[in-house]
Order: sequence, then C-alpha cells, then structure tokens
Amino acid sequence: MTWVSVFVRTLAIQGSWNYETLLGNGVGFVLEPVLRQLPGGVHSDAFKAAMARESAYFGSVGDRLVWAGLLPFSSLVALIAFGVGAGPFAVLAIFLVMYNVGHFGLRIWGLRVGWTRGLAVAGALANPVLRNGPAYIARAAAAVAGIAIPLTVARVVGPTCRPLLEGALLAGALIAVGLVRVHGRVEGWKLVLVLIALFALVSVSVAR
Amino acid sequence: MRELLPLSMLGGLLGLDVVCFPQMMISRPLVGATVAGAFVGDTYTGLLVGATLELIALATLPFGASRYPEWGSAAVVGGAIAAALHAEPAGTVTVGVLATLATAWVGGWTLVKLRVWNAWLARRKRGALEHGSRGAVVGLQLAGLTSDLARAMLLTAVAYGLIFPVARATVALWSFDEHLSRAVTVGAASAVAAAAAWTIFHSARGARWYFAGGLLIGLLILAMR
Repeated sequence: MTWVSVFVRTLAIQGSWNYETLLGNGVGFVLEPVLRQLPGGVHSDAFKAAMARESAYFGSVGDRLVWAGLLPFSSLVALIAFGVGAGPFAVLAIFLVMYNVGHFGLRIWGLRVGWTRGLAVAGALANPVLRNGPAYIARAAAAVAGIAIPLTVARVVGPTCRPLLEGALLAGALIAVGLVRVHGRVEGWKLVLVLIALFALVSVSVAR
Repeated sequence: MRELLPLSMLGGLLGLDVVCFPQMMISRPLVGATVAGAFVGDTYTGLLVGATLELIALATLPFGASRYPEWGSAAVVGGAIAAALHAEPAGTVTVGVLATLATAWVGGWTLVKLRVWNAWLARRKRGALEHGSRGAVVGLQLAGLTSDLARAMLLTAVAYGLIFPVARATVALWSFDEHLSRAVTVGAASAVAAAAAWTIFHSARGARWYFAGGLLIGLLILAMR
C-alpha cells in the first residue's frame, strides 16, 4: 500500500511548485508515506528531520527525455493518424495511450529503482535507455514530424483545395525558415497569434 | 451560456494537468479542444482546432521555471467557441485558434502568479517546514493543487465569457472563404511545428535527414491521393 500511495503522490509532485523551493515540498509530500514507517512514526525526531530535509529546495531531472522526446513523438504520431483520416476517438486514444505508456512506465521504473537500490540509485541512471533514449527518440520524432506536418495541413485545409494546400505548405516552409533563423528572439506561437489576428481583422473589415 | 459551468470544470481539470496533477497530457490542445468540442456538440470542429493548435504547441518545452503558454484551459475555450459557432463555418477554426492563443497567453501569466503565490504560502510555513511538520508539507501541497484548480476554472470561465461574444460577432462578419481561412491558419501553425522540429531534434546526429525523409513520405502520400 505504501508503494501505491507514493506512486499516486508522484503524480502530484509539482502541486506546490514555486520559484523558491521548486519541487522541494512535493518531494517531501511524496516521501511522507515512506517516512511514516521510521521507528517512532510521525512524532519521532527521525521522521521530522527527514521531512525537513526532503522538503527543502529540489530541482528536477530527466526533463529532456519526456518533454523533448516522448511528448512530441506521441503528439506527432497522433497527428499522422489525424492526417490520414482517423476519427477523434482514435486520434486521442493513440496520443494518450502512447504518451502514458511511456509516462507511467518511467514513473514506475524510477520508483522501483529507488525502492530497491536506495542510495545506489545513481548507477541506474546510467541505464542505456536514459543515456541514448533521447537521441533515438529525437531521430524518430524528426521522421514522424516530416510525415505529420503536411498530412495535418492537408486535412485541416480540406480534400478539394490543392492550390490552397500547396500555398499553405510553401508559406509554412518559408516562415519556418525565418523562425529558425531568428531562433530564440521570436516565439512561434506569438507570431501566429499576431498573423491570425491581422488576418481576422482584414476578413471582418472587408465584410460584405 | 448554459455550457459555462461544465466548460469551466473541464478547463479546471485540464489546466490542473499542465503542471500539478496528473500530467497525463490531457491538457494538450489536441485533447482539450476536441473534448471541449464534444461538450458543446461538435467534436469534429474541436478536433480541427485541436490538431492545428497541436502543431503550434510542439514548440512549447515546459522545462522547470521556463514561462510558457497554458494550453489546457485555453484549448477548452478555443475548442468550445469554434464548436459552438460551427453553423457559420467560414471563420470558426481561425477564431477558435485565435481564442486559444489569447487565453494561453493570459494562462501562462496566471501560472507565473500561481508560483509566486505558492512561494508566499511556503514562506509563511517556513518555520513549520524546517521543523519537519507533516501537516505543513501536506497542507502546502493541497493548497497549491486547489489554487491551481481554481485558477484554471476561473480562467476558463472568464475567457469563455469574454471571448465568446466577440468571436460570434467576428464569425458573423467573416468574409473570407472557409478553406482559405483554414489554409492561412494551419499554414502559420505548420511553420511553428517545422521550426520546432528543427530546434528540438537537430542536435541528434542525422535528425535532419530523418526529417527530410519523413517529409518526402508525407508529400508522397499527399501526391498519391
């Protein structure tokens, strides 16, 4: 039961994330069911000392594997499904199942390693999946990105509008080159917001 | 506006998923906009908005303390608005994407404020935390989770309430063709996706060739249709 309790709490580890202690309080919150097992329980000095220690400042590890690997890969695979005509349920199921198999798998693996190896956990972080995984996922994600982008554009534009599709892909490619060249100085989503807002303004200002 | 309460609850749950709980990525715009569309009766329009936004969201890397748009609540707002206005399809996808981006911008700001609020709460409990108080640790965590849920619900309700009338008026005045509007919107979104793919993956050896190969396959599939 303690293991399950800790696992469920890991899902809320960022619940009080802040700019001063970062994950710190969350780590204490997650480990609290384990620390309760210390001799003397929750009223013991050992428990209080451990809680104070674990709830202090704490950063995070493994961001890149998930946020720059598993997540975009799952998202792009789901967009390929969308692009080839899959329905809403299938698209969402593909994305959520694919992402969460990796997400929960990683959490379970990490918890088991910590549970069984204790302070020797550092050795497990040399696992080939963690060391080489991001590079493999990056290559796979690059390939699926190449497939997903044109297919997604085509389905959103519609099946009977070839010139519009070609125009959208060409304009998208040109803007993408510009975004890469000004990397870091312009955020893509803000640029899209401005472009679409201008487009909307023109559309309503020339209203019939 | 009967849909406001269920939508704000949905926005609350999805906004909570972004950072606090359970990070199952139900907060991704592909999911949020589609489910919100289903809530107001047009799943397909929600899906179109969600897929377009997902291209844009590929550029968001929510590492640690970085500031980023809050897609969960925002996608609910945009997906629901587009789906609710689907009777006049010409500008609905564009307006839905626009509503989401505007809400996501404000949502990112609210996340920053939430973190400042959490830090303030933690400072107030510093003494108890330094003494290893179980109640302080658990209470702080629950306070953070509750604050985030409330933040996301409020954001969704306010954004939907404010943007929906403007969106309805905009769609009523929309003059461009439906397909042209979608092409401009998704074309711009595809630029962000392509630039994000390059930025994220180009450091992996050979990734540019994998991208080029994938692009070739994607274009071949389109050419064979």
